[in-house]
Amino acid sequence: MRNDMFSVLRRSPFSIMQMRRFTARICGVVACLMMLSVVFPNVAQAFSDEELRNIAEQLNDKSSTKQVAIIEEMAADGDPRVAPILKAMLEGDLYVRDSDEHVVIATKKGKVYTHIDIISGEEAGESSSKELDKIKVNNRLRGALRDALATLNLFSPDHAVRTAAVEQIMDARNPAMLPLLLRAIEREDDETLLARMNLARATMALAAGENAEERLAAIDVLASETTPQIRAVLSQFVASAEAEGIEPEVVTAAQDALDDVEGRLSNWQTLGDVYRGISLGSVLLLAAVGLAITFGVMGVINMAHGEMIMIGAYTTFVVQQILSSVLPSGSPWSLIIAVPAAFLVAGMIGVVIERCVIRFLYGRPLETLLATWGVSLVLQQATRTIFGATNQQVTAPDFMSGAIEFSTGLVLTYNRLWIILFSLIVVAGIACVLRYTAFGLQMRAVTQNRRMAGSVGIRTGYVDALTFGLGSGIAGIAGVALSQISNVSPNLGQTYIIDSFMVVVFGGVGNLWGTVLGAFSLGIVNKFLEPFAGAVLAKIFVLIALILFIQKRPKGLFALKGRAVEA
Amino acid sequence: MNKKLQALMGAGALALSVMTMSAAQAADTIKVGVLHSLSGTMAISETTLKDTVLMLVDDLNKNGGLLGKQVEAVVVDPASDWPLFAEKARELIEKDKVDVVFGCWTSVSRKSVLPVFEELNSMLFYPVQYEGEESSRNVFYTGAAPNQQAIPAVDYLMSEDGGSAERIVLLGTDYVYPRTTNKILRSYLNGKGISDEDIMENYTPFGHSDWQSIVADVKAFASAGKKTAVVSTINGDANVPFYKELANQGIKAEDIPVVAFSVGEEELAGIDTKPLVGHLAAWNYFQSVESDANTAFIEKWHAFIGDDARVTNDPMEATYIGFNMWKQAVEQAGTTDVDAVRQAMYGQEVANLTGGMAVMNTNHHLSKPVLIGEVQDDGQFDTVWETEGTVVGDAWSDFLPESAKLTADWTYPWVCGNCEKPMY
Repeated sequence: MRNDMFSVLRRSPFSIMQMRRFTARICGVVACLMMLSVVFPNVAQAFSDEELRNIAEQLNDKSSTKQVAIIEEMAADGDPRVAPILKAMLEGDLYVRDSDEHVVIATKKGKVYTHIDIISGEEAGESSSKELDKIKVNNRLRGALRDALATLNLFSPDHAVRTAAVEQIMDARNPAMLPLLLRAIEREDDETLLARMNLARATMALAAGENAEERLAAIDVLASETTPQIRAVLSQFVASAEAEGIEPEVVTAAQDALDDVEGRLSNWQTLGDVYRGISLGSVLLLAAVGLAITFGVMGVINMAHGEMIMIGAYTTFVVQQILSSVLPSGSPWSLIIAVPAAFLVAGMIGVVIERCVIRFLYGRPLETLLATWGVSLVLQQATRTIFGATNQQVTAPDFMSGAIEFSTGLVLTYNRLWIILFSLIVVAGIACVLRYTAFGLQMRAVTQNRRMAGSVGIRTGYVDALTFGLGSGIAGIAGVALSQISNVSPNLGQTYIIDSFMVVVFGGVGNLWGTVLGAFSLGIVNKFLEPFAGAVLAKIFVLIALILFIQKRPKGLFALKGRAVEA
Repeated sequence: MNKKLQALMGAGALALSVMTMSAAQAADTIKVGVLHSLSGTMAISETTLKDTVLMLVDDLNKNGGLLGKQVEAVVVDPASDWPLFAEKARELIEKDKVDVVFGCWTSVSRKSVLPVFEELNSMLFYPVQYEGEESSRNVFYTGAAPNQQAIPAVDYLMSEDGGSAERIVLLGTDYVYPRTTNKILRSYLNGKGISDEDIMENYTPFGHSDWQSIVADVKAFASAGKKTAVVSTINGDANVPFYKELANQGIKAEDIPVVAFSVGEEELAGIDTKPLVGHLAAWNYFQSVESDANTAFIEKWHAFIGDDARVTNDPMEATYIGFNMWKQAVEQAGTTDVDAVRQAMYGQEVANLTGGMAVMNTNHHLSKPVLIGEVQDDGQFDTVWETEGTVVGDAWSDFLPESAKLTADWTYPWVCGNCEKPMY
């Protein structure tokens, strides 16, 4: 992979926004003002104080067409005091004060709003929400504000801010931005960023180009990169070329460039499908791995497995609620603490279920199925009674929100990346327990030959209970991870129970590695089918394929061999 | 051991039926049936409506009851099981002898109880926005028809303020409401000059949780250069993972706005809405609308439910309007007889919580205002657009050729829910 690919990695603006929550807003705004006045050493303040105040007051116009015009006018001259105003407006912090009709930036602290003067950037009194009228923004204004801020941010001393600004400009492709972009190109000294800026210029220059040479040069620049925006620019250009009387050689060149870009993009698309398949596989794996023990190793058709996942998710919620007074909402600690907590809670409930219900039903699969199904209904309704039927909110820690975005359109979301990693750690952990601990040895002994194990002094009942507890506890751990991507509701388990059984049966009952391979292959096959067949049909195809596979190999991918299987 | 098992299962069954059993009481009361799922997948939405009816009944009794009698709510749990809805409806009408039923959420549950209500000539108030294409003599639809929600919403998306969308993605859960609504929308969009190649349609199963590919597809579809918007008829639990994926993949409302028809304050309760600010929903009611009636309603709700954090939503308002219309119609008719009350229902007016009057039309649908709201970072909606005055609910869509010619009117001379010419 080329180096420049990594230099354009960026966190999504959302996560940047979220990070900002934690820095005091006021400090941020003041710092921003100071920062910008450093960046524009040679740009005179384009507005006098009076002019700026007047024009800012017009931001509260009724017509959004007028508002957009005002925003563009304010940003056009690169006045450093404009950016904080627009940023506040974008974030919904810009108000008109009733007392003197002045526009102020106000931030909420408890019930009191602290005002900041837009000209001086200093604190200017405080009031309740009643004395302030919010300047409302809709999506059209948000777009205009973001574009305007992007042109202003082109001159930021922060490399990351400039990079984000160039990407925003490339998305917007608004010809009005061209003058400021050209000015930024003159000042830029970072090579990779300069290349991106020239690319952004080329996206605008293609349509605006005066003659064939200019256009061909633009196409040359465009063809060297692979982004969805370039595909859009080129395909629009080709589509409208005939009507606008563009030279045929330019059109051919554009068409060639377009084919090139599309070819490269489709490779990235495939890469994206593989990633999404692995990610779905890791979710399936997490959901199924507990079942691989209760059903796979012990042979209990455990319909309450999904509810163990749900209990894990609710434990995460409760842990977050308890810790919320101590920890900020973005702290990763609540999740880290929730992992052992969920293991213990779900594991203990698992042991209770085994002792009270399942131990009487070994060797009678039908009764086990019905009994565990009953248990799952009881657990669901109990959760509904305790927590209510509505969804509970589990907040995502900062390291799990946002994504790595490649300029080629490939997006790797952080929560999925962590879940892939987490699922592998969990599987490795279980493998170690089974392979290297005394308990693992006893567990394998009991499942392979119960009577023999009993004769050598293993308390088989005790091992059964702990094994079921282990399987349930692991389902609980899965619930911690799944609470990050799914609903935390009493129905959570229902979503995963069928998939879990599918994975375990496909992978081969009683085989951990079969479960791993089964989960990932089902995930990837599903994701490759989905674009063609749609989500519903893809699922049906996978199920049919699975049924056929089981006909051919009833014991799944990896069948256990030897006498133990028949016992 | 079997005893233990039986005891366990027995306890579960008991818990489910406690609600039902508490119902059978004194004879000289007016009975109101409540047919909402309290368990299963739909419990998340429907439990709230059960509580709303109980609150309204409670309130009515405190103010002297109805026709000098106390009103009694009979609550049953159809457990998100569609055939069970029909059974429970029959039980309410035949065994408990209720005078009216408030209930159902999904269209499939309504379709399931419809024959029962028609056979036994009883009355159902259905409080949820739905796909239209229906008008039963025995059902009053107090939620929005497509022309009171879907059509105004895409009009907004195509307007300048909504972002002048030229490409539309129709995402939905795979069942009758999204499919019918999207059929109507496709035909409407075609009429507005948006060709089929600029429309992407995608359906997912109930409770779909892996949205990575679909969100990536939407992104790719939107990268073609034309301004793109998403119309979501995704229902129930699937919304939370959908919005989480939108946020994580960095889809901003100003780039690709998503307007939802089934996402209200209640559904947003499980999501961190900060990354979703600017995405839209179309309803006839938002909790954030400032009016005296709404403030009073919210206060009453908080007092009844004992939790100030609970939100109100559109189907709750629809239940409120339906209940009060029924109350007025009963008072006017002087009886709870179904035929008399039905006649009294036509033209009945109840003040909306958002201002203006809701009027019951002879096609059994309401005239209501339509609001478009933007998601705010506190999980509420901020109204950005609303219709001038009210919109008359249309039972049969004008944008589907086969239903455009049908009329629903239950008064003389039509007396029909789906006719091309009057009965008399």
